Amino acid sequence: MITAERKPLEELIEYIKPFKRLLLVGCNECVTVCAAGGRKEVGLLASGLHMAMLKSGTNIEIHEHTLERQCDPEYIDELVPMIDSVDAVMSMACGCGVQEIARRFKGKPVFPAVNTKFMGASERQGVWSERCQGCGDCLLGKTGGVCPIARCAKQLMNGPCGGSTGGHCEIGEDVDCAWALIWERLKELGQEDRFVEITPAKDWRPGGGAGPRKIIREDLAE
Amino acid sequence: MENFEPVIVAFCCHYCAYTAADMAGSQRLAYPANVKIIRVPCSSKVDALHLVKAFEKGADGVYVAGCLEGDCHFKNGNMRAARLVESVQKYLEEIGIERERLEMVMMSAGMGYRFAQVATEMTEKIRKLGPSSIHVALVGRESTLQPAGII
Ligand code: SF4
Ligand code: SF4
Repeated sequence: MITAERKPLEELIEYIKPFKRLLLVGCNECVTVCAAGGRKEVGLLASGLHMAMLKSGTNIEIHEHTLERQCDPEYIDELVPMIDSVDAVMSMACGCGVQEIARRFKGKPVFPAVNTKFMGASERQGVWSERCQGCGDCLLGKTGGVCPIARCAKQLMNGPCGGSTGGHCEIGEDVDCAWALIWERLKELGQEDRFVEITPAKDWRPGGGAGPRKIIREDLAE
Repeated sequence: MENFEPVIVAFCCHYCAYTAADMAGSQRLAYPANVKIIRVPCSSKVDALHLVKAFEKGADGVYVAGCLEGDCHFKNGNMRAARLVESVQKYLEEIGIERERLEMVMMSAGMGYRFAQVATEMTEKIRKLGPSSIHVALVGRESTLQPAGII
């Protein structure tokens, strides 16, 4: 999923200061799962912003709404009846959702309420870790199912580096060395020979090196 | 706000603090009428939204009362509630509300005396702190504009 974290309240207050009526929009997908921008977080933020503004002597009207998905235009349409009665929109979705709202409502200022972090998985309750950087040419089949792009600090294609110690990456004791994990996993699979194969330098064009990426499915695209 | 009487909301677990409040009553122990009790099936049933909304509606102090450590009817709900209270305290600070206005307390069902003591101490602490800035703003708005729903 895409993970995110709420921005500091102070930054959000700066965004909304000039406005009297705000639409705060959450998303029911990834940001709900990582507890950053779902219906509950929308309620908490609306309450917090309302109180912070009251303290500074201003009263702001905040409308709350959470969409099924903010990265699909079909769902954004749901906001049409609400948009004229507000001066600005604040989105609690990832950057994709924020941009979809901006694209749909040309004349409305739109602000992000969260910092979008990474594509990750939930390690345990309340802990999410980066797992994939969308490099466009997945290597997991060769690396025992552990990603060296997202999980190796140097994105080495042929690791580990000299800093790998006792399974940890040299950047910190709390970070697993991706290549140590790859080695362990290949051993378990009886594929140690994979480890000695030299992987050539990565072609970064599918990974964003050739500019913004797009997928066009001829069978689906209208 | 002259003659300030704090509004305090206490979320009390059914299995401990709520029963302790009952016990305080049957023992004829007096505690301040400022404390409004809300019964919950477990202290971990209390959500961040409940706590934040209480302040938004004008509460000057809020506390969550759960079972003693290791005694939760649902295993560890009280410890989860304690963690939640800590995270909401941080959020309150961001908003500009003193973190001391929110507290987690623990007691057993038999501690009627402790219930009364906690209620008194919390009321006194909040009385010293004065009304919350939100309470003040709501009262101010009420006198100038339309009525605000203060609890
Ligand atoms: S190799 Fe590329 S696509 Fe596969 S998990 Fe890593 S970053 Fe993602
Ligand atoms: S220690 Fe491991 S994860 Fe860290 S940079 Fe070196 S190879 Fe990559």
